[in-house]
Amino acid sequence: MTYIGQPVKRVDGYDKVTGKAKYAAEFNVPGLTYGYVVSGTIAKGKITRIDSSRALAVPGVIQVFTHENRPHTAWFDINYKDLDAPPGSPFRPLHDAQIKYSGQPVALVVAETFEVARYAASLVVVEYNEEAHETSLEANLDEARDPKSGMADLLKPKPPKPRGHADKALAAAPVSVQTHHVHGPQHHNPMEMFGTTVVYDGEQKKGKPHFTIYDKTQGAPSSQLYVKQIFGFSSDQVRVISPYVGGGFGSGLRPQYQLFLAVMAAKELKRSVRVTLTRQQMFTFGHRPETVQDVALGASADGTITALKHRAVGATSQFEDYTEVVVNWSGMLYDVPDTTLEYQITPLDLYSPLDMRAPGGVTGDHAIETAMDALAYELKMDPVELRLKNYSEKDWTVGDKPYSSKELRECFRQGAERFGWENRNPEPRATKRGNVLVGWGMATGIWDANTLPARAEAVLTVNGKLRVSSATADIGTGTYTIMTQIAADTLGMPIDDVIFKLGDTDMPLAPFQGGSFTAATIGSAVKQVCTDLGKKLFKLAQKSKGSPFYDADYDEVRFADGHMRLKKDPSVTMPLIDMVALNGGRSVSETSTSIVNPLKTSNYSRHTHSAAFVEVEVDEDLGTVTVTRAVSAIAAGRILNPRTARSQIIGGMVWGISSALQEDSKMDHRYGRFMNHNLAEYHVPVNADIHDLDVIFVEEHDEIVNPLGVKGLGEIGLVAMPAAIANAVWHATGKRIYDLPITLDRVLY
Amino acid sequence: MNPFTYARPDSVDKALGELRTNPTAKFIGGGTNLIDLMKENIEHPTRLVDVNRLPLGGISELPDGRLRLGATVTNAETAYNELVKTRYPLLSQTILAGASPQLRNMATNGGNLFQRTRCYYFYDTSMPCNKRQPGSGCAAIGGYNRIHAILGTTSGNADATSPTACIATYPSDMAVALAALEAVVQVTGPNGERSINFADFHRLPGNEPQRDNTLEANEIVKSIDLPAKGFTENHTYLKLRDRSSYAFALVSVAVGLEMAGNTITDARIALGGVAHKPWRKPEAEQLLVGKAATPENFQLAADNLLAGAIGYGHNTFKIDLAKRAIVRALGEATN
Ligand SMILES: Cc1cc2nc3c(=O)[nH]c(=O)nc-3n(C[C@H](O)[C@H](O)[C@H](O)COP(=O)(O)OP(=O)(O)OC[C@H]3O[C@@H](n4cnc5c(N)ncnc54)[C@H](O)[C@@H]3O)c2cc1C
Ligand code: SF4
Repeated sequence: MTYIGQPVKRVDGYDKVTGKAKYAAEFNVPGLTYGYVVSGTIAKGKITRIDSSRALAVPGVIQVFTHENRPHTAWFDINYKDLDAPPGSPFRPLHDAQIKYSGQPVALVVAETFEVARYAASLVVVEYNEEAHETSLEANLDEARDPKSGMADLLKPKPPKPRGHADKALAAAPVSVQTHHVHGPQHHNPMEMFGTTVVYDGEQKKGKPHFTIYDKTQGAPSSQLYVKQIFGFSSDQVRVISPYVGGGFGSGLRPQYQLFLAVMAAKELKRSVRVTLTRQQMFTFGHRPETVQDVALGASADGTITALKHRAVGATSQFEDYTEVVVNWSGMLYDVPDTTLEYQITPLDLYSPLDMRAPGGVTGDHAIETAMDALAYELKMDPVELRLKNYSEKDWTVGDKPYSSKELRECFRQGAERFGWENRNPEPRATKRGNVLVGWGMATGIWDANTLPARAEAVLTVNGKLRVSSATADIGTGTYTIMTQIAADTLGMPIDDVIFKLGDTDMPLAPFQGGSFTAATIGSAVKQVCTDLGKKLFKLAQKSKGSPFYDADYDEVRFADGHMRLKKDPSVTMPLIDMVALNGGRSVSETSTSIVNPLKTSNYSRHTHSAAFVEVEVDEDLGTVTVTRAVSAIAAGRILNPRTARSQIIGGMVWGISSALQEDSKMDHRYGRFMNHNLAEYHVPVNADIHDLDVIFVEEHDEIVNPLGVKGLGEIGLVAMPAAIANAVWHATGKRIYDLPITLDRVLY
Repeated sequence: MNPFTYARPDSVDKALGELRTNPTAKFIGGGTNLIDLMKENIEHPTRLVDVNRLPLGGISELPDGRLRLGATVTNAETAYNELVKTRYPLLSQTILAGASPQLRNMATNGGNLFQRTRCYYFYDTSMPCNKRQPGSGCAAIGGYNRIHAILGTTSGNADATSPTACIATYPSDMAVALAALEAVVQVTGPNGERSINFADFHRLPGNEPQRDNTLEANEIVKSIDLPAKGFTENHTYLKLRDRSSYAFALVSVAVGLEMAGNTITDARIALGGVAHKPWRKPEAEQLLVGKAATPENFQLAADNLLAGAIGYGHNTFKIDLAKRAIVRALGEATN
C-alpha cells in the first residue's frame, strides 16, 4: 500500500477553490425557470384563502402553485417515506389547507427569472384560521411518551431495559450527584442553501417525460426514490445528480421540500425549474431537537460507580416520531450493575427534527460527561482517574459484547500528556491569568462505527486508467480523495491514473452519506470491486497466448506501478493497459457489492472513542468564555488520510465549541416561530473564536469492523467537546452550568 | 424585493431632485443594510439613488481644528485613515469592532448612521412591529428580546399591544464613538444646510417608533464633523457580544477621558446596544469629573448611568452587564 495513510491532497480541491465544482443550483440550461417559496406564518391552523391574482399579474410569472391547484401526487403516506423517514406520516408540501408548523411552504411562484419570482411571491396573500399550538418542550414534558418502533431502530436502537435497581443503589451510595440539562434546538445551516435544479429533458421512451435532477442531498438514490414514489415515475425517467454538496451535517439526509416543489412544477409545466431556499427558509425544516435530560450517579468512596440513571426527553413533530440515541452511550461508557436508561419524545407543533452531526451522541455525552466531572470532584478524584476506574471492557447495552477495538485508555494517556493535564490543580478557581480565570476540563466521547452494504463499479478504461464509481456523496468530508487512494492502492495504480466518481443515480447503489459510516462503507465497496476487477484482469492475462501467468494462482500476483507482477518473481510482469488489448480493445469493468460478514461483526460492539482536553479563559466580571486550546485524542481505527482526517476532527471540535457556547435557535412560543432565523443572529464561531486545536490519532487496529479496519470520523471530533468545555468553565469559575449554550449571561447569573 | 430603477447622480442638487420628484426613492451607500431590508420586504424603494458619485468623499482637516469625514467615505477607509487613527483612535477602534472587513469595505459613514435595528420581529414581516408597520404592536415585548433596549423605553412602552411601543436598539458601533466625541452631522435638503449635534441626530421611539432619527424628508447627510478634542490618551471601546467578532453588541461602551495625574478632568461615556440611540447621561459623567480614577468612583458613575433601566425578560441581564462593562471600560481607559 502506498497511498492509504498518506496525507494526499484533496483530489477535488482545485475544482472547489476555482469554482469549477458545481453545486445543485449552479447547473444552467436554456429556458430555465425559477421557483420561489412562499412560507407560512402561523404555527397551526388552516389556510382559509390564498389570493395569487396579484402575483400572476406580474409579467414573467408562469404559475403560482398552492394546495388548491397543485397537480395530483401519490395518495398514500408510504409513497412519501424517504429512506431516512422516522415512523409516522411524512410532511407533504402543498398537500392541503392544514398548517402544521410555522414556516411551512404554502405556495410556489414560478417565473422566468428569480427576481420576478421573488417579487411575485411577496404579492401572494394568505389568510389563516389560527388554532392553539404547542411548541415548548419544557411546558409539555408531561406529554412525553415512548416513541413508536420502526426501521429507524436499526441504526438507532432504543435504550436497553433497566438492569438492577438504580434507585436503591443510588440511595445507598455514599457519594452521588444529580444533574439536569436543557439544550435548545439547533439548525444545521450548511453554507450552501438547499436547492434543486430540475432539467426537463422532454418526452423520451414511449412518450414518457425524462428529468435530470441536480439536488442538494447526502444521497442521490434517496432523492430519486422519493420522487419516483410520489410522482409515479419509473427509474428510467429520473436521474438524480449531486456531485458536490456545500456542507450537509445531516440536513441532506432527507429530501427537502424544494425537491418536491421543483419536480412538481417541472412535471406540470414541462419546463426546467430551479427552486432554492433562502437562509430564513433554512430554519423551516429539520433541526437538532430541544432535549431535556436528567442524570444521577452514585459511587462508592473508591470511585466505583454503583448507580447510573440517565433520562432524556426530546422534542418531535406531531407527524413523525423522530428519535435519537441519547442515553445508551452512558451504558456503553460505564458498565454499572444498577442502571436505568430512559428515552422519550414529546410531539410539538414543529417540523420533524433531523439528524445533525453526532445526533443524540453529543446531547447525551454532554449530560453524562458533565455529571462525571461533578462526581469526580465529589470523590476528590481526578476526572481521568474516575473514567479509568470505571472503564468498560464490554458493552452491556447490546448483551455484554466485547468492543471490536477500544483504545480509549491510550486516548486518555496521549491526550493528557499532550495537554499537560498532570499539572492541573483539582480545585476550581485556582488559576488566574491577568484578570481572567483559567479552567481545564476533559470528557470522553463515543460514536458508532458502522459499515453498511454498498455497491461500486470499477472500470479499466481503454486508456489504461482506473475509473471507480458509487452513488454515494461527498459532503465535504474528503470521500473523493480517500476512495481514490483506496482504489489506487488496491490495483497498484499511480493516483493520477485513478478517478473516483459519485453522486449520480446512474452509478451503483450506495447508502446516503451520514452516521460516520461512509469511509468504511464505500471504502469497503471500492476495495471489493477493485479486488474483483483485479481477479478479472488476472484471468484475462492468464488466458492470453503464452501468458507468463499461465501456471500462477491469483494469490501469487500483486498489483504495483500499473503492472501485475508475480510475487515470487517480480520480473514477470504485465502492464494493466495490455489487459485492454487482451479484452479486444474494450475497457474491462466489474460491479460488486460489499457486505461485511455479519457473523463476525455482530458479536462485537463497534465504536470510535475520543478524549477531549480543553482550556478556557473566563472573564468573570463580564462572563465571556474563550476556548484557548483543546486537544482531541481519537481512536477510530485506520486513518486513511491524516490530512482529510484532521480536517474532519478540527471541524468537529469547532462544532463542539459552537454547540457549547453559541448555537441556539430561539423560538417565540407565542407564535411558535424561530426568531433568530439568519446568520447574523444565529451564531456559529468565527475565526476569532477559534484558537489552538490539536488532534492526535491514536493507533488502533480493528480486524472486525471491515476489511479495511476503518471506523469513520465525521462525528467523533464533536462528541466530547461540549462536556469538556462545560467542565473547564466549572474548573475556572466554580460554577456548574448544565444548560447549553453557555452564553455570558449564564456565566454571570 | 420589488422592482426598482437606479440613478447615480454626480451632484447633490441632482440627488436631492431625485428624491423630490419620487417620494419612494431612497439613497443607497454601500447597500449593506438597505439591500438586505429590500430582500426581506421591509423597505420598498422604487428608485435607488446612489450617493457614491456625489462630491461627499474625503477626510479633511477644517481650519478650526475639526476633522470632516465625508458621508461616502467607507467605514474601512475611515478606520485606517492616518488622521483618524492619530487624532481619534477611539473612533478607529470602534469602527473596527463592528461587522466584518468585507462589510466595512462597502459600508459608508452616511449609511452607517441610518442602519436600522436588528430586532428579530422588525426583520420578520409576519410579526407585529410598530417600527415597520406603525400601530401593529410590538412583538418584542413579551417575546424573545435578548438584544433589546433597557434604557429610554419608559413612556408607554411596556405594553406589547400599544400602537407606539418599541424597545428596539440602534445597532451601530461607530455611532457610539461619535456620540462620545460629540460629532456634528452636516446635512442639506430643501430648506438648505443645517448642522445636527450627534445627541440630537438619533431619537428615542417616543410616539413614533418608525422614526429612527431627526433627518427631515429629502435631506442628505454630507459629512460627519469631529470636534478637535479627541481623547487620544485615555479612551477605550469595549464591546460585549455572543461571539468574538462579527456580532452586534449586547452592550458596548465608548469612553473618552481627560486626566490630570490620577484625577479625571473630563469624561464622556456612551453606551451602545442598550437604547434606540447611543446613550449618554451628562449627570453620570459629571460624577467622575474632579474624582480619582478608582473602581468605586467608576461604580458610582455606572450605577447612575443605569438608574431607571428596565428589563423585558431576556434582556434584563444587560442592566447589570452594562454596569460591569462601564466599570471595566473606565478601568481600561485610565490604565
Ligand atoms: C451581517 C452584518 C453584520 C453587521 N455587524 C455590524 C456591527 O457589528 N456593528 C455595526 O456597527 N454595524 C454592523 N453592520 C451594519 C453595517 O455597519 C451597516 O450595514 C453599514 O454601516 C451601512 O452602511 P451602507 O453604506 O452600506 O448603507 P446602505 O445600506 O447603503 O444605506 C443605509 C441607509 O442609509 C441611507 N443613506 C445612505 N447614505 C446616506 C446619506 N449620505 N444621506 C442620507 N441617507 C443615506 C440609505 O437611504 C439607507 O436607508 C452589520 C451588517 C451586516 C449585514
Ligand atoms: S422592538 Fe421596535 S422594532 Fe422590535 S418589534 Fe417592537 S416595535 Fe418593532
